[in-house]
Amino acid sequence: MSLFFDSSIARKVSMALSAIFLMVFLLQHFAINLTSVFSAEIFNQISHFMGTNPLVQFVLQPILIFGVIFHFVMGFILEFRNNRSSKVKYAYNNGGANSSWMSRNMIWSGLAILSFMVLHFIDFWFPEINTKFILNDWSGLHNGEFRYFTELQHKFSYGPRVIFYCIAFCFLSLHLLHGFTSAFQSMGSTVGRKKLLQNLSYLYSICIPLGFVFIALFHFFNH
Amino acid sequence: MKLKLKIWRQKNSTSKGSIVNYNVDNISPDMSFLEMLDVLNSTLIKNDESPVSFDHDCREGICGSCSLYINGQAHGPDRAITTCQLHMRKFKDGDTIYIEPFRATSFPVIKDLVVDRSAFDRIQHAGGYISVNTSGNTQDANSIPINKTDADSAFDAATCIGCGACVATCKNSSAMLFVGAKVSQYALLPQGKVEAADRVVKMIDQMDLEGFGNCSNTGACEVECPKGISLDNIARMNRELMKSKVL
Ligand code: HEM
Ligand code: SF4
Ligand code: FES
Repeated sequence: MSLFFDSSIARKVSMALSAIFLMVFLLQHFAINLTSVFSAEIFNQISHFMGTNPLVQFVLQPILIFGVIFHFVMGFILEFRNNRSSKVKYAYNNGGANSSWMSRNMIWSGLAILSFMVLHFIDFWFPEINTKFILNDWSGLHNGEFRYFTELQHKFSYGPRVIFYCIAFCFLSLHLLHGFTSAFQSMGSTVGRKKLLQNLSYLYSICIPLGFVFIALFHFFNH
Repeated sequence: MKLKLKIWRQKNSTSKGSIVNYNVDNISPDMSFLEMLDVLNSTLIKNDESPVSFDHDCREGICGSCSLYINGQAHGPDRAITTCQLHMRKFKDGDTIYIEPFRATSFPVIKDLVVDRSAFDRIQHAGGYISVNTSGNTQDANSIPINKTDADSAFDAATCIGCGACVATCKNSSAMLFVGAKVSQYALLPQGKVEAADRVVKMIDQMDLEGFGNCSNTGACEVECPKGISLDNIARMNRELMKSKVL
């Protein structure tokens, strides 16, 4: 087993596993955010449940944090190793002749997502942790009302933030346009190359980021 | 045709190389790419200059020794061919053509356009064979039935000529298409299955040891491979490794 985690294939397989986990998480995150468009009340209730449920907070959240960190650290490791394997560059290389831009620039789309996540954490996650774990306030209330929806509206009323979010989701889309099917291939499956999965990949990689953009814009224009 | 060539020249493995410009004239569109280089070299020799070194042997797409990166693509702009099968009719009069060696840290340049691909040999030695301990009672291979799809896939994988275009074209210099083909060619057949688990581990170990990169599934190798080796072989290799570790 020790050798397994040491081989190039193992690094790829673990990369794919963490990526698939992140894609499932993102779907769930999207579904919850989407409720904010229809009903502040439902959004508040789900947010409160997710924010205070011990299973979510103490089991799923640590797994998620591990998954995210694992994914981008492994991404950096792969990038570093791959650069070492191809030190001398061509004077003239026509990469577009045989592969997609997305597939050749996963590290750049990844870094864009990472910079978004830093902002996202500063915006939402750190204040949450502060309220719950430092101030020890698990009520979810502010001035007698659930605070989640108003906090969300407040964040998305600031134009530059909304623009930054939208750009970041474009990069997420580029990341997934290659990543979705690539993850299946890494897992040793060839279904990623079948039409059905390619269509599913387009559906996920375009609709989910676009949906997040829609939600951000919706709150920007409706507050 | 008149052409402007930009060719990588490097005296030996330790010297620093650079791109050098050459002009060639009277190139027939029916010439092969290597014949065009022969024309250049005969002029260089006449002028007492050192000819451009490049690898070649069969000149019919079967040995895998020719290995040029032409205008930013392994084996040039055409598909499913080796450099020796590339014809000058793919270019236009007055074109500028970049000619570089296959690049990878694991394929060091020996001279000019010649690179050392012995890393592939070492991967093969690590497990790309079948040990036949016949001890005098060899079984006729035809007496073992093999289903048609497996036989076809194994044969397709076996058409890899070890040219290294997959490595040269990969942004990570990954050798997974080559190793995937070699692993698959045996793993699909009953004769190869006996040592399959051991083989895949040893070959991947050697591949990693040689310093080839990881696979990002860009698919560039499959497009540039002169023999059309499919990415499915990399997936099969991944499965074979997982199987060997879990079972
Ligand atoms: C946090 C910042 C992120 C960074 C720095 C990053 C980086 C990378 C890199 C470098 C790769 C390519 C690895 C390779 O060469 O094989 C990759 C693959 C991938 N990433 Fe990310 N990523 C990030 C976030 C995400 C997120 C949030 C998702 C999904 C919701 C995601 C989904 C994927 C998928 C599906 C793959 C393909 C996996 C495979 O080929 O096996 N990434 N990521
Ligand atoms: S897989 Fe294709 S490109 Fe790679 S060495 Fe074999 S024949 Fe050449
Ligand atoms: S010289 Fe043999 S394949 Fe080109």
